[in-house]
Amino acid sequence: MAIEDDVLVIGGGLAGATAALAAADAAPDVRVRLVTYKQSTLRHASGLIDILGYAPGSPEEGPLVDPFDALSDLPEGHPYERVGSEAVREALAFFDDVAGNAYAGDHTDANALVPTHGGTVKPTARYPVSTADGLASDDRDALLVGFETLPDFEAPLAAAHLEAAGAPFSARGATIPFPGIVRDDAKVTRYAHLLDQDETVTTGAREALATTVAERLADESRVGFPAVLGDEHAAEVRADLADALGADVFEVPMGPPSLPGMRLEDLLYDALEDAGVRVTSGVPVIDYETATEADAVAADGGSGADRIDRVVVDRNGTEIPHRADQYVLATGGLVGKGVRSERERVFEPIFDCHVPHAADRYDWFVDNVFGDQPYARFGLASDRDLRPLDAGDEPEFANLRAAGAVLGGYDFAAEKSGAGVSLATGYVAGTRAGEEVGE
Amino acid sequence: MATDTEVLVLGGGSTGCGIARDLAMRGLEVTLVERGNLTDGTTGRMHGLLHSGGRYAVSDRASATECIEENEILREIAGHCVEETGGLFVQRPEDSDDYFQEKLEGCRDCGIPARVLSGREAREVEPYLAEDVKRAIEVPDGAVDPFRLCVANAIDAEAHGARVETHAEVVDLLRDGDDVYGVEVRHESGPGKRTHAAAGTTEEITAEYVVNATGAWAGEIGAMADLEIEVRPSKGVMTIMNVRQVDTVINRCRPKGDADIVVPHETTAILGTTDEEVSDPDDFPEDQWEVDQMIDTLSELVPILEEARTIRSFWGVRPLYEPPGTGTQDPTDITRDFFLLDHADRDGVSGISSIVGGKFTTYRAMAEEISDHVCEKLGVNASCATADEPLPGSENIETLEAGMDDFGLRSPVARRSKQRLGSRASEVLETDEANPVVCQCEGVTRAEIRDAVDQSGTDLNAVRIRTRASMGNCQGGFCCQNMANELHPEYDEETVRAALDELFQERWKGERHALWGEQLSQAMLNYALHATTMNRDRDPAGEPTAIEFADFDGGA
Repeated sequence: MAIEDDVLVIGGGLAGATAALAAADAAPDVRVRLVTYKQSTLRHASGLIDILGYAPGSPEEGPLVDPFDALSDLPEGHPYERVGSEAVREALAFFDDVAGNAYAGDHTDANALVPTHGGTVKPTARYPVSTADGLASDDRDALLVGFETLPDFEAPLAAAHLEAAGAPFSARGATIPFPGIVRDDAKVTRYAHLLDQDETVTTGAREALATTVAERLADESRVGFPAVLGDEHAAEVRADLADALGADVFEVPMGPPSLPGMRLEDLLYDALEDAGVRVTSGVPVIDYETATEADAVAADGGSGADRIDRVVVDRNGTEIPHRADQYVLATGGLVGKGVRSERERVFEPIFDCHVPHAADRYDWFVDNVFGDQPYARFGLASDRDLRPLDAGDEPEFANLRAAGAVLGGYDFAAEKSGAGVSLATGYVAGTRAGEEVGE
Repeated sequence: MATDTEVLVLGGGSTGCGIARDLAMRGLEVTLVERGNLTDGTTGRMHGLLHSGGRYAVSDRASATECIEENEILREIAGHCVEETGGLFVQRPEDSDDYFQEKLEGCRDCGIPARVLSGREAREVEPYLAEDVKRAIEVPDGAVDPFRLCVANAIDAEAHGARVETHAEVVDLLRDGDDVYGVEVRHESGPGKRTHAAAGTTEEITAEYVVNATGAWAGEIGAMADLEIEVRPSKGVMTIMNVRQVDTVINRCRPKGDADIVVPHETTAILGTTDEEVSDPDDFPEDQWEVDQMIDTLSELVPILEEARTIRSFWGVRPLYEPPGTGTQDPTDITRDFFLLDHADRDGVSGISSIVGGKFTTYRAMAEEISDHVCEKLGVNASCATADEPLPGSENIETLEAGMDDFGLRSPVARRSKQRLGSRASEVLETDEANPVVCQCEGVTRAEIRDAVDQSGTDLNAVRIRTRASMGNCQGGFCCQNMANELHPEYDEETVRAALDELFQERWKGERHALWGEQLSQAMLNYALHATTMNRDRDPAGEPTAIEFADFDGGA
């Protein structure tokens, strides 16, 4: 007996969650399920929502002020070109709605420039409210605060770097001990927890931290910390610190494990629950079966492509079939392991969808680490309906769509387009899947 | 005529550093110049095998005997650089019984302790050996950290008054008639690297005597004074695995061949190697097939290597040499013995000798012989003490093994730090300041990084070879940035940024040869962290045109 749904989304990152939410939104009566295996890569990500920071193929140009201006110039095959720029706007509006007041930036089409933990600034379309007071276009002077036990963020260096980048304000860095951290190698989640729970250090952790910072604060009107300011009670932590310091407080996004990324994940899973999406986590999809030809012709009007009848999920060694009418593949790229490789080939591990790549693996890279890396573009090609295409440019399956980093043909790292592509393609794939069931 | 130094040593590899230490300990005034980092040439590009001599016990017995002697000395004087893994010469069913017997007898004739294990016994020692392995000879091979050992020699040379100048490339030999009296070097030292001279300047260094210890590059140095030194550089590839599949050195017991050794090394295992003559030691092809051959062939001995994760590959160049007229065709047949070329005797040019050939395990013996020669030339009567005096860090290792959590570090981190630092552990790790782990993969703390920065300045690759930071699974993706952070505030932002870029690019270089499977995923993650999260690929601080900040979102 298979578990029956209308839409089955495989993958629980930004693209998968968006697809599931969009499917539920498109057709309120459809049953939507999301299955995920490992932790999503959101905990690696900054938590920023980039749409397009730089025009692809123009490395000499600076950051784009308006990402939407550049969407129409994207090359054929780019995921944004596949879905069209209107869909990108709709997807972003959809995200704004889901994120509510947790994210900012929707008051303008212009990109924001957000200071990063390396001290550079990067363009992004939406940002967690925790970073809102840190924007680099804001000309208020800033004090950056680092912790001596957190080697990822050297605040004085980041301040000097911001100056070298030409930021229109003066930044100063200070390194302090973090009250209550006794282990030199405490995890960032420990810092967040201390503040979240306002644990007693000498006084409460928030007050103790504010006191330590206040001694260093001159006349700066905003103070930036590494992104460890609480988890579940982040807004409260920030507000308390701001009150005590008499200055606005913001977070500088950090590398993994990233609290802003984890907060975004929590936000999405709350939304999935509210939308009635069933979530099955911790299980890999290991196999699939196609429908018989007669069924396929009947259901698909004879397009010729196979239909996926069911996928098989492995739950602790037990193989459990899941059947749906429409499927969305949102398993991630090379990082999320939705795209894998061996010495001789690059492949998509669940459905073995075609992944275009050079036969010789020495053609997968270029010698400059930040050069135009072919491997960064690995992923599925798709039609405008986001159905993965086989080597002959025909849909692999009639009822499978792909979303997010499993799609190829773009370099999200160079373009700063990762979250945007996940949102846009997740939104389109989910919406179409929901609509198709609803028809 | 007054000279800048008594002896000038060219080359900062194991041989050059060994010579500098030896002569400095004998009381001579020594200057060493190296065009890159210490270990930049062959020393930094070996598989880390401390030979028992077993490898040469059939074909080259003089070398075999010398190896076992030096092997025993290095265990004594460089305990913190050596891991006594032991080694196996493994016979597969298709490998010759006669050769196995010859190997065994050769070992015994050369004084190499050797014991035969059955296939079953060998698999008890190394469970991942192929099931059809027939039998093995156990020998005292070991693993050695060439970086730490070489640096320890340089540090001790400095402690005895030597000047060690890295990033100083020899651009000319100074020759007056038939006498070589020094070199001209070009300094490439960026801020803080070695700040004896500003970057881009040249300096003439004069000396009573010059020793050319540049190995595979000896011919190029000789050519600057019209001396013909016919080294025959031979390249070999090594592939690094992300974990130790074996804890013992595994050799294939057959006459010769490519891809026949696995050396456990720190947290990794290193597969080696090929042997192919090249014309230019700085420019030769690094071919994909060599990496594939390494994995495919060694999987015959250790089958799980087929599926294992490799983290990078690198190529080294052997400084092979044979006396003129020998005419050996195959580089694997060229002796691993070393040769001292006295250019006065050989070419009628005084003031300089060259050292060519040889191998890492016998670097100390080579240094001793050359130092004897130099002393004779200069009329100095002093004897060699390098076989008895421990290298810095190696004194009293055993007392350090006791107690694990002295420095407020987690046990695994403390243990690894102590192994790396040896007797210097207290000096480096005892600090009142916060000492977080900077490199998670290799468990390297801030104190160790800062100690290395004190030694080598902003050159993060020099910090890397001293500490192993950025040499684990992530190949620096997670820690390069944090290593660079440790340079601040001693060095300014621009210098730190350049140092970070240089290290990150260097880490990528070897990783390119391991780009499939897990490591390709890792590469994408590293790229994403540095390009997406940090925007380091489009860092506005490095861009020619300024950003119009006012055009962007300034907040609601």
